Amino acid sequence: MERNPMRRQLASMRKSLFDQGYLDEQFMELEQLLDDANPNFVEEVVTLYYRDSARLILNLDRALERRPLDFSKLDGLMHQFKGSSSSIGAKKVKAESTLFREYCKSGNAEGCMRTFQQLKKEYATLRKKLETYFQLARQIGPMESANRPK
Amino acid sequence: MTVEQIGSEGKDQFPIGMRVLAVDDDPTCLLLLGTLLRRCQYHVTTTSQAKTALKMLRENKNKFDLVISDVHMPDMDGFKLLEHVGLEMDLPVIMLSANGDTKLVMKGITHGACDYLLKPVRIEELQNIWQHVVRRKKKDRCNSGSKDKPHPDSGEAVGIGNVDNNGKLNKKRKDQNEDEDDERDENGHDNEDPSAQKKPRVVWSVELHRKFVAAVNQLGIDKAVPKKILELMNVEKLTRENVASHLQKFRLYLKRISCVANQQANMAAALGTADSAYLRMGSLNGLGNFHTLAGSDQLHNAAFRSFPPSGVLGRLNTPAGLGIRGLPSPGTIQLGHVQNSGNPTNDLSKLQSFVPGNHNTNILQGMPMSLELDRLQHNKSVGHIGELPTTDSTTVFPGSGNLVDARITGFSNNPLLGVTSNSLMLEGSSQQATSHTSVSAIGFQNGNALSDFTSIAPASNQLQDSKAGSQGQASPINCNAGQIIRSAPQEWNAPRKDAPYQSHALINSSIPINSAMIQLGQCLDRNNSIFHRTTDLDLVGPLNFVDPLSIKHGEGDNSIMEPSVIEKEGYLMFQPRPHGSHVPDNIGSLEDLASAMMKQEGGCNGYSLRTSI
Repeated sequence: MERNPMRRQLASMRKSLFDQGYLDEQFMELEQLLDDANPNFVEEVVTLYYRDSARLILNLDRALERRPLDFSKLDGLMHQFKGSSSSIGAKKVKAESTLFREYCKSGNAEGCMRTFQQLKKEYATLRKKLETYFQLARQIGPMESANRPK
Repeated sequence: MTVEQIGSEGKDQFPIGMRVLAVDDDPTCLLLLGTLLRRCQYHVTTTSQAKTALKMLRENKNKFDLVISDVHMPDMDGFKLLEHVGLEMDLPVIMLSANGDTKLVMKGITHGACDYLLKPVRIEELQNIWQHVVRRKKKDRCNSGSKDKPHPDSGEAVGIGNVDNNGKLNKKRKDQNEDEDDERDENGHDNEDPSAQKKPRVVWSVELHRKFVAAVNQLGIDKAVPKKILELMNVEKLTRENVASHLQKFRLYLKRISCVANQQANMAAALGTADSAYLRMGSLNGLGNFHTLAGSDQLHNAAFRSFPPSGVLGRLNTPAGLGIRGLPSPGTIQLGHVQNSGNPTNDLSKLQSFVPGNHNTNILQGMPMSLELDRLQHNKSVGHIGELPTTDSTTVFPGSGNLVDARITGFSNNPLLGVTSNSLMLEGSSQQATSHTSVSAIGFQNGNALSDFTSIAPASNQLQDSKAGSQGQASPINCNAGQIIRSAPQEWNAPRKDAPYQSHALINSSIPINSAMIQLGQCLDRNNSIFHRTTDLDLVGPLNFVDPLSIKHGEGDNSIMEPSVIEKEGYLMFQPRPHGSHVPDNIGSLEDLASAMMKQEGGCNGYSLRTSI
């Protein structure tokens, strides 16, 4: 009973993540994989993503400090980052990565740096939102997974 | 079926339980991929290291049915892994990447991937990947079945193959092979022995493949039956089934080559000397699509431009058979691009397309087909067989003599690369005989695959003169500019004589065709693709055809080349020339060519000639 408002809250949180463009359909694909055997699958993947991508972000930061910029290396790193981000459905983050790669291809150092800052912001924002979301989901309980709005 | 099957790993319930090996350095993607695959009810093994993956595969080749791998990995390039797997294990490989650039996809194809998926991958896409396993098995079966053994899908394979037929895989499987002859495992061994238990996969090393080709050449492509081949090879622990399946692949390879060769031959047109246009045979790579190559313009350019007179050896990708498999190095098979060959004489190199029998044009005779693999390599373009821009259209077929033994595959002048369309060209209809272009399309004419170089390699051995000192293996044909090996008309088939060579490329005798290997693009099917995979090379450098017109037919004497190259089958077989044929000494043995090519390649292990299977 007391879950209902929580469920509603969860549902609306989820919806807004999609509506505001933070997440895309890929996230839904992840949700499809939830089942009894893997009730927290989505959260696991997202956690893994943030852990692993932190490393990439760090490498990118370092690479961006070098002068002159090694665009092909930056592009390579970003390609990896983009792959991960798209796997969890991180829409805005992915868009920034694409933009970053464009700048790399055209050798635009300033564009790269600017975009990267923006990317980090989006990345951090999404992380917070998802953390809140999962926290709530956990409170509601595993039963919720079956009822999660699709 | 039999109850007994039920328990086994879901073999019978294929595709349920299909064993997949997933490789991706990104843990997020790997977790996702693994979960998706499990959701499809496959049996999944994941690893983030390509090297670990290879190790696992090498430990037990029968452990997996399919490999899915990311393209960008830190410890090893996905394409390299693809090549290795294709060469050594002949398993279907699916590439995965966040980058869907056409070029990259093409690269995957030319390297032999049987599919290319974009990340993030969806479950629907994974639900159908089992088809690649089935397809491969089926192809293997058909191939082996048709040739020496009339097995119609006997046994096991049938299981899967039957799916198409009755749609009831399980049912069929059960009927077929009671003994859990898991076709997946068998992978070609099935022909003979329906009840065979799982046999360990045989790795066709370069050496082994060479012996194989030698045996085939000795017997004559049309007469080469596994049993005899086995006897000639005299290798312990090799079963007839192993040979049979290998033979099947080899034939396919030849077919493909011949297709390409034909195309090339056409392109080759002018025999000229050096600088013959090389056909680039791109490796069609198994994907089964022949398209290959065609793709890159750059290839063309590359190929051509750098093509030095020396013939370029095309490496024929033999269908799995070529044995290149096993070569760890990327498709090295390339016969090298002869171009470097300083040997003027060598030109011929390459070509060995063998035209299987009947082609009128006897191949090779002198048409050095230089496939420039090297070039390709350098260019990093994958050779495609595809369009060989006949630049010079000098098709050099190393036909004469030395190579001739090798079998120059007749390249029909058909538009090159017919490959894309299908290896048909090569196929056996030797009747087609090249006729086209004088270059006696070696072998290709009928689409017979240009003799695959594997045969060349061994052939080289056989080549008598092997000018190049033939190194036993297909030495990259450094051949010199596409000189065509003399025009010895090589007919693959017995009817050599009949088939007028059409223009056998006249190989100046001075050009020893060192094991010209023609690397015909990998027309090969994915299965076969073993070779081409190499990123670097994939075959085929442009084939240099020595001007076919200039090739004199050995006076119509086919004997020159005689190598009875594989007829129809499109094998490029090097047959030791029975007649003393004229093969000009110059022609170096294909092996030489091959090795030369290989060397040029920078040591590509390629298998130039040697196809390590």
